[in-house]
Amino acid sequence: MRFRETALPVLVVAAALAVLWYLAAIALNWQVVANTLARSGQHFGTWDILAGTLGYNRPLLPAPHQILDELWRSTVPLPVTSRRSLVLHGWITLEAALVGFGLGVAAGVLAAVAIVHIRALERSLMPWIIASQAIPVLALAPIVIVALGTLGLEGLLPKALIAAYLCFFPVAIAMTKGLNAPDLLARDLMRTYSASRAQVFWKLRVPSSLPFLFAGLKIAAAGAVVGAIVAELPTGAQAGLGARLLSGSYYGQTLQIWAALLAAAMLSATLVGLLAATERLVNRRMGVRA
Amino acid sequence: MTTALLAAIVAAGFAIAIHTAHAGGGPALWAGLVLLVGLSAWLVGRLAELGGGKSWRGRALALLAPLAFGAVALALWEALVVGFAVPMVLLPAPSAIAQRIAASSGLLLTDFVQTFIKAVLVGYALGGLFGFGVALLVDRLPFLRRGLLPVANLVSALPVIGIAPIAVMWFGFDWPSKAAVVVVMTFFPMLVNTLAGLAETGRLERDLMRSYAAGHVQTLWMLRLPAALPFIFTALKVNAPLALIGAIVAEFFGSPTQGMGFRITTEAAKLALDLVWAEIVVAAVAGTAFYGCVALVERAATFWHPSIRA
Amino acid sequence: MATIEARGLSLTYRTEDGPVHALSDVSLTVASGEFVSLIGPSGCGKTTLLRVIADLEKPTGGTVRVNGVTPEEARLRRDYGYVFQAPALLPWRRIESNVTLPLEVMGVSRAERRARAQRQLEMVGLGGFGRKFPWQLSGGMQQRASIARALAFDPALLLMDEPFGALDEIVRDHLNEQLLALWARTQKTVVFVTHSIPEAVFLSTRIVVMSPRPGRITDVVPCDLGPQRPLEIRETPEFLRIAQRVREGLRAGHSYEV
Repeated sequence: MRFRETALPVLVVAAALAVLWYLAAIALNWQVVANTLARSGQHFGTWDILAGTLGYNRPLLPAPHQILDELWRSTVPLPVTSRRSLVLHGWITLEAALVGFGLGVAAGVLAAVAIVHIRALERSLMPWIIASQAIPVLALAPIVIVALGTLGLEGLLPKALIAAYLCFFPVAIAMTKGLNAPDLLARDLMRTYSASRAQVFWKLRVPSSLPFLFAGLKIAAAGAVVGAIVAELPTGAQAGLGARLLSGSYYGQTLQIWAALLAAAMLSATLVGLLAATERLVNRRMGVRA
Repeated sequence: MTTALLAAIVAAGFAIAIHTAHAGGGPALWAGLVLLVGLSAWLVGRLAELGGGKSWRGRALALLAPLAFGAVALALWEALVVGFAVPMVLLPAPSAIAQRIAASSGLLLTDFVQTFIKAVLVGYALGGLFGFGVALLVDRLPFLRRGLLPVANLVSALPVIGIAPIAVMWFGFDWPSKAAVVVVMTFFPMLVNTLAGLAETGRLERDLMRSYAAGHVQTLWMLRLPAALPFIFTALKVNAPLALIGAIVAEFFGSPTQGMGFRITTEAAKLALDLVWAEIVVAAVAGTAFYGCVALVERAATFWHPSIRA
Repeated sequence: MATIEARGLSLTYRTEDGPVHALSDVSLTVASGEFVSLIGPSGCGKTTLLRVIADLEKPTGGTVRVNGVTPEEARLRRDYGYVFQAPALLPWRRIESNVTLPLEVMGVSRAERRARAQRQLEMVGLGGFGRKFPWQLSGGMQQRASIARALAFDPALLLMDEPFGALDEIVRDHLNEQLLALWARTQKTVVFVTHSIPEAVFLSTRIVVMSPRPGRITDVVPCDLGPQRPLEIRETPEFLRIAQRVREGLRAGHSYEV
């Protein structure tokens, strides 16, 4: 019953997308493959082109199995220290994303705690934090990289800072909303107990902020990965998934781009998935019904 | 009244401090700045007590605190950067950025047209339209809806920006490839939000339309689309900065020799940070104005929604 | 021909905890011009019965005819107006365009819509409020607007599902008086769901008492208080006698077991 309601539609849609992808790959690569075969001078038929479109090594659109094959070849048979190993590049990006995520979340939560307790901050700082949502923060990435580079800081830290910067805003906004979430009745109830500020904070504000916090954390995790990847672009970094995307783009290595893209997607999905699982666990312990 | 006096003192203080800093600074400057920061905190604290409520006067007064906060931050930035003689590569002074904006306005305008008017606006419009259209189709097929929604939610959490090099390969270096990235980035939020909005209609309201024997299109037009509007505007607001980010970052992967993202990367590499900051200011102003326009249309179109009329 | 004719109606929901018999062998005939109340505790199927008559729910057994045709045919030819527990006014439409909503669906011309909306709003005492938005009106006024909306296309049959259940007693008394006057003036057939005994006795010509598990009719109480019913009628012995019989009918259905 549950399978038919939830998993089956997703599987069918995924299968349909895969079929569409193959058809698109055939259509997009047809001309290139036909030209290549014609240049080679051999005799060839429609069937040869069809086979070629799904196995061409610099396709306009690679078929899904080619991407998986490339992903396999750049991970499993290679030592993780190899320059061609996606595990190495993925780890370099993930490291920056995780450090940035930690920094950004900590700063965001602290800012939220300060904002809900200091009225002047709520009225003066909060509008700027909200307005900053409309600003393309990622455009600052090259500045941070260059500025820190002149101070001799390179590698992990600048990337982590950019990731942190992207994490800060959603977490600060969500957490402020969450800490202010308890309704007037609940706050009045705590007043009748003459509870202290700290007690109100830990027994009322923090528990009711958790759903908001998790929503913010999921946005932040996705942002951290994007931040770490984009931070690798402007200086032409040598390692990381962003660097793989960039070098693939320079040398027309389609398969390399797609494999890096898939790896980035998996990183992001794993992080968000872990957070969602933690959220479910916390919810169950706090008696929230799914 | 004391607040106005305090504001005047802080403003005059910062004016003198910035002047002193440009003239070479000295220990008195640092002592003055410490004092000014203290006075500013007091001022912002007092301003934060003003305003509130729904009247225009209350709203205007509530703006004073954040404006004062921003002005103090800007003045402090200027005084510290000039006074400490911070190298331009690290952080240019606001006055230097302002001068660069004035001097390079033609260049900035070219970049703005290339990135914002072409890539962002075209991509934003197409992505929103596609997302909306697909949502209307999917809404009629519950099976497809159940299958597509988790997929779309997953994609929303992925680094979609990474498709930029592929877009360059397919659509070339000029703005269409940037618009294509923006289309993909804005498509999914619109799809997910429109579907959520269409599911938002209450059971009573749907029964009401059924009791009138209203057709699918009538129910959609008179009931479900208006009810979905707040969700559609949520997507439009989320998409506005997303589109700008997408277009700028996509240019990091290669572009013709103009565009905001192109300028940011190349000038950063040349350590011409004042021009980079000038582009950032343009991007920030464009992003805020874009978002603000969408928010204004939202207020007019969904005036009836509790979140707006409160 | 009876306006509503239900024969041996039953409706069973399948749930995870086993089947729920919302209606079991319900037979009821409502003649034209009657005001019939369905009363009973929650879960007795009174709302379900109304929804089956309106073709918002399909019965699993038995037959219903509305004006001689199936509920679906009656719905498609717009034979009835339905008033819900909540006003269900669309917040983006002014009161007058809420009232004209069914007319728009049915393709009535703009001028005609305007005229009819004005007439119905005056009938429910909201003449000057057409340009307001629903959220600018009190709960009682909103429910009156939703009654005006149900009357807009002048159906001969009015189905009302606890329309005043969410209102306070003072407003409810007032609206009861107005509804009675409206019914007397328009000669419509009304089926009215309620869980208030005084309300049912005050309004009805006949009261159908229902009980839960399974939802069924336990008693039908005639209520001949005449067409003129001031609020004070509720203190007369005749009124109290009918109320007493309804109360006994509810008790006999073990309806308030806890």
